[in-house]
Amino acid sequence: MSTTKERRPAIEGWHTAASGDVRLLGTRCAACGTPYFPRNELACRNPGCTGPKDGSELEEYALSGRGRVWSYADARYKPPPPYVSPDPFEPYTVAAVELEAERMVVLGQMVPGLTPADLEVGMEVELTEGVLYEDDEAEYTVWMWRPASAGGAGA
Amino acid sequence: MSRDIAVLGSGMHPWGKWGRNFVEYGLAAAREALADAGVSWPDVQYVAGADTIRNGYPGFIAGATFAQALGWSGARVSSSYAACASGAQAINSARAQILAGLCDVALVVGADAAPKGFFKPVGGDRPDDPDWLRFRLLGATNPIYFALYARRRMAVHGATLDDFAAVKVKNARHGLANPNARYRKEVTLDDVRESAVVADPLRLLDICATSDGGAALVLSSMDFARRHGVADPVRIKALSTVTPTFPKTVLDLPDFATDSAMTAPEPERPFRSAIAHAAYEEAGLGPEDLSLAEVYDLSTALELDWYEDIGLCEPGGAEDLLRSGATALGGRVPVNPSGGLASFGEAIPAQAIAQVCELTRQLQGRSESRQVANARAGIAVNQGLFGHGSAIITTR
Repeated sequence: MSTTKERRPAIEGWHTAASGDVRLLGTRCAACGTPYFPRNELACRNPGCTGPKDGSELEEYALSGRGRVWSYADARYKPPPPYVSPDPFEPYTVAAVELEAERMVVLGQMVPGLTPADLEVGMEVELTEGVLYEDDEAEYTVWMWRPASAGGAGA
Repeated sequence: MSRDIAVLGSGMHPWGKWGRNFVEYGLAAAREALADAGVSWPDVQYVAGADTIRNGYPGFIAGATFAQALGWSGARVSSSYAACASGAQAINSARAQILAGLCDVALVVGADAAPKGFFKPVGGDRPDDPDWLRFRLLGATNPIYFALYARRRMAVHGATLDDFAAVKVKNARHGLANPNARYRKEVTLDDVRESAVVADPLRLLDICATSDGGAALVLSSMDFARRHGVADPVRIKALSTVTPTFPKTVLDLPDFATDSAMTAPEPERPFRSAIAHAAYEEAGLGPEDLSLAEVYDLSTALELDWYEDIGLCEPGGAEDLLRSGATALGGRVPVNPSGGLASFGEAIPAQAIAQVCELTRQLQGRSESRQVANARAGIAVNQGLFGHGSAIITTR
């Protein structure tokens, strides 16, 4: 794998890797505090929220970088496009991770090499950035989960 | 005032991989339903089509395509697309017309010709569509979501791979003698165990296939049914298509995340359970009144979730209920006596209509070797993409 290729996010603005700390970027309602991922810029969706609900109440918010595995699964067969698969196809693992502070479950691929045999419901994981696919020009990155490092500071 | 409507006729084109145009399947099902009802096509006042998203313009705009195939008759027409609940919304559209007194007799038709392999999003480069994005950014196919639920069920409720396999064995047995089922073959626990893992923990035989098929119903007012000489028709007593309630705390296709439950209390019932509950309330019935149920077994594990969602047992009780034999033919409340999606594969806009065909024929005592004894009430439930689902209760 070339190391000189440019790295670009596979989608703009869904995660940040600034200062080595990988976080998912969503939004949060300034009026009621409800966080959203992916980013919701339209209007707060909490029916009980008394904010203006014209989008002005939604501000950028970085979600917790750690959570616990809610469930996990893998893909043994090549999915159809628009997934960009290496050739030959390589199986990958997807985890649904529960963020304690936000009280929500977020999906992400696990870092390559991890299989369901390495995972357990309830285990602590943290975010990192990984390469989802590449072309001649660049490597395209996305958020990925990996087992939490020991002694981490928590969410 | 009664809000019942009558099911006068049901019809199906067998499920399979026939490789022909969906219109042909819908037409065959419609003709069978009309013949079954003893209603002639020109007497149908309203046609409700359930749309497939394949074949260009949603199923060529399904209601009109089926009306044209039957021969333009000047009937009023509607078309519904609501993912897996498309058929239920088409039924609901016809039901509303009948209950409002705007028509006496309606035809509902849904048909699909499905591609091979994984369902995939509509083509093109569409990064503002969550369904496109979940494939692009996560590789989250439908089986991935089914596998996430299955693994969760194993961790929380102690389900085993053999419990999942036992659902397939049961449904395959149910579907054996169903002439409309695609797979009519006994399946053993070993067959499931030995089938290839698609999305751990689910194997090929745990996951429903994609199929071609067509289903149709002739619906009428209760008065029309009596005038037509049917004193005691099968009735649709309730039809629920409720949305989720915020915060939706269960991941559904094509979600990247649940809603946050940080600032609003979780709803009293999670989504699937709420769909069924609304139908029970409307029907004035409860799970204890059911003779049978048709549930959307997109995977074997999901059938177990449905047992709890429709109130056949408490959360965590589904494995015991399955193992007791209660949900097999001959048991207290057979689930998927048709053979379910396990025996049919999914023909999306036809599937919810096919579920009602099965309920109807069971309640009419016409299901031969898979007949549920003394069937008096049944529920059909499904759930699909983007927060759609349905529950339909029929009685006799």
